[in-house]
Amino acid sequence: MLQKTLSLNLPGSHDDHGASNTVLGFWLYLMTDCIIFASLFAVFAVMGHQFAGGPSGKDVFELPGVMVETAILLLSSITFGFGMLAAHKGKSTALLAWLGVTFVLGAVFIGLEIHEFSLLIAQGYGLERSAFLSAFFTLVGTHGLHVTVGLIWMAILAVQVIGNKKVTQRDLTRLTCLSLFWHFLDIVWICVFTFVYLTSVV
Amino acid sequence: MAHAHSIDTGASHGSVRSYVVGFILSVVLTVAAFGVVMQQVMGPTESIIAIAVLAFIQILVHLVFFLHMNTSSSQRWNVVAFGFTVMVAVIVIGGTLWVLNNVGHHMMSR
Repeated sequence: MLQKTLSLNLPGSHDDHGASNTVLGFWLYLMTDCIIFASLFAVFAVMGHQFAGGPSGKDVFELPGVMVETAILLLSSITFGFGMLAAHKGKSTALLAWLGVTFVLGAVFIGLEIHEFSLLIAQGYGLERSAFLSAFFTLVGTHGLHVTVGLIWMAILAVQVIGNKKVTQRDLTRLTCLSLFWHFLDIVWICVFTFVYLTSVV
Repeated sequence: MAHAHSIDTGASHGSVRSYVVGFILSVVLTVAAFGVVMQQVMGPTESIIAIAVLAFIQILVHLVFFLHMNTSSSQRWNVVAFGFTVMVAVIVIGGTLWVLNNVGHHMMSR
């Protein structure tokens, strides 16, 4: 951001400026991603009742499973937050431990989602069955794809922190971007479990 | 960079307390939303309104406690960009529903 005070006082202010511009730039990317999800939610809102004689949300959604997925993703948000606090204090071991926990939680979430998708497809309820299922798989699948990319990114950053043996300013900037990405995906998931799963079952 | 933690990257980084408070609020709001639907405490329309309100509150909780959005000057452009995005999202979703509902009505497809 445009901060006169900090850039005047601190040595290496050019780096800091670059770091904050990087974070703002990443935030702007997230906003465009937000519009992608808005379009997919709009599609689901329109197509959510076009069952083409196939199953409705009430027939296929298992709320207890969705609740477990929600709990895992929420937990991974706070563990990533604790990792960021450790990173800001320069505690690389604690950071790596929290990143590890977050990674495992994210991987379990993706595992559960793949399990849910494969059960639906095995029953003949794949994305070609009806407009409702096409919209469902596209929306929830896009979210899952984002989480998967987040996991790959997290693994790469962990390797970089291990390689540097400490949390550098550059690591901190990258971790900040990933934390925005990760928390953003949790916000998208709030809309998914509310407007896709719960609304379909009501 | 001994003072690395003091550098404001435009996204303040919160505290253990803010994360824990945000987490507890989120758990309560999530459980409430699932409870409304799974226990069928009210009719379908009321349920949908209730879970939409709960989702809206939880999004605000996440923005404040996890993404650390606030009204400080260092966050101004983050907030402006976010406000613009919300506007676009409302136009995209609201506009789509409006137009396609009218189409459905005029084509008598339902």
